[in-house]
Amino acid sequence: MTGTGNDARKAVLVAERISKSFGDVQVLFSVDFDVLPGEVHALMGENGAGKSTLVKILSGFEQATAGRILLDGQPVILPPNGAAEALGIVLIHQEFNLAEHLTVTESLFLGREVTRFGVLDRKFMRAETVRALEQLGSPIDPDALISSLAVADKQMVEIAKAISRKARIVFMDEPTAVLSREETDVLFAQVRKLRAQGTSFVFVSHKLDEVMELTDRVTVLRDGQWVKTAPTAVLDGESIAQLMVGRELSSLYPTKHEPNVDEEVVLSVKDLSTGYVKHVSFELKKGEVLGFSGLIGSGRTELMEAVAGLRPRLSGVVQLKGADLLPEDFREANRRGLAYMTKDRKGKGLLLGEGMTIDQHIRHGYLDPSSEAKAMARAKRRFDIRVRDDRVRVGRMSGGNQQKLLLAKIMEIEPQIIIIDEPTRGIDVGTKQQIYHFIAALAREGRSIIVISSEMPEVVAVMREGRMVGILEGEEISEQVIMRYAAGLKRQLAS
Amino acid sequence: MNTTAETESTPEIRGRRTWRDVDLRAVAPFAALLLLLIVGAMVNPNFIGLNNLANVATRSAFIAIIAVGATFVISSGDLDLSVGSMVAFVASLMILFMNSGVIADPALMLAAAVVLTVIIGSLCGLANGLITTVGKIEPFIATLGTMGIYRGLTTWLSQGGAITLRSPEQQELYRPVYFGSFLGMPLPILIILIVTAIAAFILYRTRYGRHVVAVGSSRDVARYSGIAVDRVRTIAFIIQGLCVAIAVLLYVPRLGSTSATTGILWELQAITAVVVGGTALKGGAGRVWGTICGAFILELVGNIMLLSNFISEYLIGAIQGTIIIIAMLVQRSLARKA
Repeated sequence: MTGTGNDARKAVLVAERISKSFGDVQVLFSVDFDVLPGEVHALMGENGAGKSTLVKILSGFEQATAGRILLDGQPVILPPNGAAEALGIVLIHQEFNLAEHLTVTESLFLGREVTRFGVLDRKFMRAETVRALEQLGSPIDPDALISSLAVADKQMVEIAKAISRKARIVFMDEPTAVLSREETDVLFAQVRKLRAQGTSFVFVSHKLDEVMELTDRVTVLRDGQWVKTAPTAVLDGESIAQLMVGRELSSLYPTKHEPNVDEEVVLSVKDLSTGYVKHVSFELKKGEVLGFSGLIGSGRTELMEAVAGLRPRLSGVVQLKGADLLPEDFREANRRGLAYMTKDRKGKGLLLGEGMTIDQHIRHGYLDPSSEAKAMARAKRRFDIRVRDDRVRVGRMSGGNQQKLLLAKIMEIEPQIIIIDEPTRGIDVGTKQQIYHFIAALAREGRSIIVISSEMPEVVAVMREGRMVGILEGEEISEQVIMRYAAGLKRQLAS
Repeated sequence: MNTTAETESTPEIRGRRTWRDVDLRAVAPFAALLLLLIVGAMVNPNFIGLNNLANVATRSAFIAIIAVGATFVISSGDLDLSVGSMVAFVASLMILFMNSGVIADPALMLAAAVVLTVIIGSLCGLANGLITTVGKIEPFIATLGTMGIYRGLTTWLSQGGAITLRSPEQQELYRPVYFGSFLGMPLPILIILIVTAIAAFILYRTRYGRHVVAVGSSRDVARYSGIAVDRVRTIAFIIQGLCVAIAVLLYVPRLGSTSATTGILWELQAITAVVVGGTALKGGAGRVWGTICGAFILELVGNIMLLSNFISEYLIGAIQGTIIIIAMLVQRSLARKA
C-alpha cells in the first residue's frame, strides 16, 4: 500500500482506494488511508479537500462509491447512521450531534439508555456521566439542558460521549475549532491518556501547531487526492502548508486588474461585531474585488451575512455609498444595490427539488412569460449556462450550472455590490475558471465584489476565529502566505 | 422533565440550574389555572364549590385523556388532527357491536366491546402512524385525510343520524363507568389520573419516552444515535389511538349514543390543552401533567362563561381558538427569556 510507511504494527482500520462522488462531482479519488492502534493520525487539507467526506466514509455515515475498508484485516461494510459505534468506531461530528431539548446525561446515553426492569436507571446514568465529565476535567452540570450550554461545552459533551462509549477509533472532525486553549489542553491530555491505552484517533484539523503538538502521523489530502502520509516528526508547519496547497493555479485566474486608488468607497464597515465576529472594519471601492480568506468557522460567512442584513449585529456601522445601512434589513440593502449570493445553494439559494424549472428562477416579481424567456436567454448567454432545455429541474443540474444560474438570478436585480460566498464550492476546475472570469468582468463593469474565497482577488483579508488577522495585496498573495495567517502561524493586525 | 436533582457539586458548575432558570413554561399553566380559579370565585360563589369543580373535572375527562395521547404525538414532532373523528368512529363501532348481540351475557358482551374498542382505537392510530412514516406524508396532511375518512365512515354507519345503545341492560351495566365514583372520587377523574400517571411514567421513565423527546428535538440526531425514528413516531400515533379508545370507553356510557357530529372540534381542544400545558408544538418537550392542567383550564373557561352570563356560551369555540393562539404567544415569549 502506498504511503503507509514501514510500521511493523498492524493497522486497525485500513481504507483502500476509496472514491466518492456526489452526483457529477467526484470528491475523493482513490484515497488510501490507515489507522494504527494507539496512534493519533492527523488528516489535513484545505477546505474542500475531502477530509470530512473521508472521515464520514470511514465511520459509516457515508458509503464509498468505490474502494474497500478493512477492520482488523477483515473487509467490512460499516453499518450506517452511527451503528458503527458497536464496532468501536466513533465519529465526533463537525456540526454537533446533540438534541437541544435533552440534558447532558440524556445525551450521553441517547440510543443506549440503561434500564432496570424496563425503567430508566437515571442514577446510574448520571453517575457515569459525572465520571466521564470528571475524566475530562470539565465542570459541566450533568443535568443541564444542551440548549443552555456554550459551544465549547457542547463539544466537551460530544467528547465525553465518545469516551463513555469505549471507542477503539475516534474520528474527530475539527474538535478544537470552538475550544479555548485551556480546553484544548484538557482534550489533548485526555487523547494522550487514551492513546497510551491503545485507542486510536483520527484528528482532522487546520491548526498546524496543534497537529505538530499532538499527532504521530500526518496524511495530507488535496482536491480529493491522497498527497502524502508521513510521521509528524519529519514534517514541519511550513512543509505541511506546502503539501496542502502546492498546486499550479496561475492560469486559472484572470489577469489581475489594479483598481484605481482614488475610486469612491462604495461600502464601508466599521468595527462590526456579531456573536462570533469581533471588531471587523474594511472598505470596498468601486470596481474592486476583495477576497475574504480563512478556514471554515473563521467567521467569514457570519461577517458577510451581518453586513448584508441577514444576521443581527451587536455593534458597528455599515455604510453603503456614505449612507448608513440599518441592521437586519436585507430588503433595504437589496434595494440599494447590494446582493448576497449564498454558498448554501441548496439551502438558501435555489429551490431545488421543488420541481422549479430553471426559467422560473430567473423571474423577478411579475409573471410575464416573454420577459422571463428574455431574461433566461440573457442569463444563458451571459453566464454560459448549459442545459438541454429551460424546463430542466434545477436539482438535476450540475453544481457549476447551478452556481451560474444563481449568479444570473442575482444579476437580474442589477446590483452594484455583490457578496459571493464560496462561488467555487463543489464545482469542477473548468467551471471554476469561468466563474472567476465572470467575476473579473463584473468588476471591470464598475461593480464591486466581495468574494469569500482565498483564490483570486486583488486584495485578500484573512480571518481567523472571528477576527481579521491580515490584509494582503498584490505580490503578497499566495496560498502559502494565506494559509500561514489562517492557521495562526502568522499575524499582522493587532486585535 | 425537571427532577429534583441531587447535585452536590462545586458552585462554579456551568449550565447549572438555579431558581432563575426554572422553566417558566412548566409553571405557566398551573399559574394560569390558579388565576382562573380566583376569577371564577369572584364571578360566582358557587363556582369554587367542590361539587362544581368535580363536575368540571369530570367533563374535561374526554379531552384530557385524548390530549395525553396528543402529548406523545406532538412531543415526537408530529400532529394528529383526526382524533375528534376517531372518537366518533370508534364509538360508533363499539355501540354497533354491542347492539349486534353476538354475545348473550351482558357482562361478557361489555368486556368484549371494551377489548374491541381498544383494538380499533390502536388500529386507527397505527393507520395514522403508517401513513405518516411509511407513506412519508406530512402528519398534518395525513391526519387531515384520515379525519375525513373516520368522519365520513361514521356518517355512513349512522346514516347521518345517531347510533344508540339499544339494550337497557347494557346501559344499566355500563352507566357507572361515567357516573359512578370510587371512594368519593368520580370514576372519570380517577381514570384521568391513572392514564396520566402511566403516560408520565412512560414519557419520563422509560427508554421509549426518552426516544420520543429525542426524535421530536432532532430527527437527525436521533437517527445518528441509532434510534428507530419511524418506529418511535408510529408508536406515538398508536398511543394516541389508545387514548382515544379510552376516551370512547368513558363517552359511550354517558349518553349511550353517538352521532355524526360527535367529537367535532375535539382535535382543536386536545391540541390546545397540550400547548397550554407547555408542550412545545415543534416537538422535543412533553409535559403530561401540564396537558391535564390545560384540559382542565379549557373546561373551566367554559364553565365560567356559563356561570357568569357575560359572554354567550355559543362563543366557546371562538374562545378556545383564542386561547391556543395566546398560549403559543406566551410560550414563545417565555422561551426567548430562557
